Amino acid sequence: MNIRSIGIIYNRELKSYFSSLTAYVVIVMFLLIAGYLFAAQLTMFADISFKAQTDPMLAKQYQLLNITETVVRPVFGYISIIMLLMTPLLTMRLFSEEKKTGTIELMLTFPINDIDVILGKYLACFSVLLTMIVLTFTFPALLLSLGEPEVKPILTGYLGLVLMGASFISLGIFASSLTENQIVSASVSFGILLFFWLISYSVTLVSGGLGQVLAYLSINKHIESLSKGVIDTEDIVYYLCFIAIFLFLTLRSLEANRWR
Amino acid sequence: MIQVEHVTKDYGQFRAIDDISFTVNKGDIMGFLGPNGTGKTTVMRMLTCFFPPTQGKLMVAGYNCFEESLNVRKKIGYLPERVPLYADMTVSDYLDFVAGIKGMRSKEIKGKVGQVMDDCGLADVNRKLISDISRGYRQRVGIAQALVNDPEVLILDEPTVGLDPQQIKGIRKLIKDLAGRHTVILSTHILPEVSILCNRVVVINKGRVAAVDSLDNLISAGTDKMFMRINGDQQAIMAALEQLDCTASVQQGENDSKEEGGFIIALDDEKQSSKRMHAMIEENGWNIEEMRPMETNLEDVFIQLVTKEGK
Repeated sequence: MNIRSIGIIYNRELKSYFSSLTAYVVIVMFLLIAGYLFAAQLTMFADISFKAQTDPMLAKQYQLLNITETVVRPVFGYISIIMLLMTPLLTMRLFSEEKKTGTIELMLTFPINDIDVILGKYLACFSVLLTMIVLTFTFPALLLSLGEPEVKPILTGYLGLVLMGASFISLGIFASSLTENQIVSASVSFGILLFFWLISYSVTLVSGGLGQVLAYLSINKHIESLSKGVIDTEDIVYYLCFIAIFLFLTLRSLEANRWR
Repeated sequence: MIQVEHVTKDYGQFRAIDDISFTVNKGDIMGFLGPNGTGKTTVMRMLTCFFPPTQGKLMVAGYNCFEESLNVRKKIGYLPERVPLYADMTVSDYLDFVAGIKGMRSKEIKGKVGQVMDDCGLADVNRKLISDISRGYRQRVGIAQALVNDPEVLILDEPTVGLDPQQIKGIRKLIKDLAGRHTVILSTHILPEVSILCNRVVVINKGRVAAVDSLDNLISAGTDKMFMRINGDQQAIMAALEQLDCTASVQQGENDSKEEGGFIIALDDEKQSSKRMHAMIEENGWNIEEMRPMETNLEDVFIQLVTKEGK
């Protein structure tokens, strides 16, 4: 591993994201959808609070009147779904494009380790995602100026989003290393991500140990306690392992290209 | 500088390269010749560590291409056939990027990139996006990126394709200037290019080496025909020459060529045969007006080698 090489690859990739407009388009779409859902959720909360003033039955529904429960947590949920839809669009070109245009041939014959190439690309994509996430800080800022949401769940929720996004990217970069077709790459990463998302729903159908294993594998289960304000090492370890495994598979996939 | 020892490469069932060996000495410019699809690019990709051979060993600058690939790659500048460049970068950004990746220090990069751009005639497009420049300029950017860190070994896959005659001249001069300090392998279809640039030639055909030699040897090896102009009854001379059992073939020189009115004779064994031929001519009372070995050019040698292997 060579920090300088990683930095050079990182700079090139990041510039490429912004010069090809991919980053702008994805960020704008993301913010539009997230902003709309946030506004909708906030309006609903305001509506409930307003009605609760005159409706004593509604006023007893403490959970509905809690801004963290009614606005913050659902919005984190929405953001993670939008992220799931958007990250394959960011990752699909990383290796597929190089394979299609043949630039991979020069890249792999430059005096640079495969892992540096992967990390440079990974971090560039991660930076775009991070920009996306940071731009949503306007939502909690707005909440903090208008009401009194709990700060801790917001912070840990963001930690969860970052970890989850980082996991999405590592899977996306792996899918991209498998094919020279960007559409196939995006479809594969989207499919696998959705699978990791949906297995949480099958937990109730499977009993015993297997059910627990499935629950543990599910990618969105691990953000739940984080968005409640609880930092569980198990969740952090899950995401870090997820990232490491798919980066390792990407490395293998690049090596396998050489053998073909 | 470069050793290729018994290298074989299979693509699945298909054997692309079959047990080839050759060496290139330091400072040589080696021409790599062969018809399309005979594995020139495959050999170059193995030398640049893009993929390993199925069997055999490749050494560049004392390092094994498979085991010490990173060391080999530091010594090599490579221009792939497709000239793959990042279309979304400007020419100078791209060259800075390549120089950085090849481990040059930031301080050196600026001067060196400027120099390489001058050498390759890129100064007037340095701020343009690679997607906007013409094929000839792309080719030159490709060569510039191979040269940027002054590598000891240059591997150029068809470097002058797509250039106009003036650019070709410029690039050939550039390559010629590299001789001595750098070791160059270049593949090409353009045979005159080989005679201009290279001092050694490897001809491969169907994945095998058909010839490895210096250019002069290769061309003189092809000279087994001679030209004769003989005074006398041409018909009778022709018949008499054909009757000699030591001549492999006798042709009349083509009209409108230098050989008009003479005979092109291929001999089985030069010394023995020419003695008998002279004796025969004297017996018949003819006299030889002109006699010289036929000039062969690289094209003839190449076609000969390639068709011989093919049979």
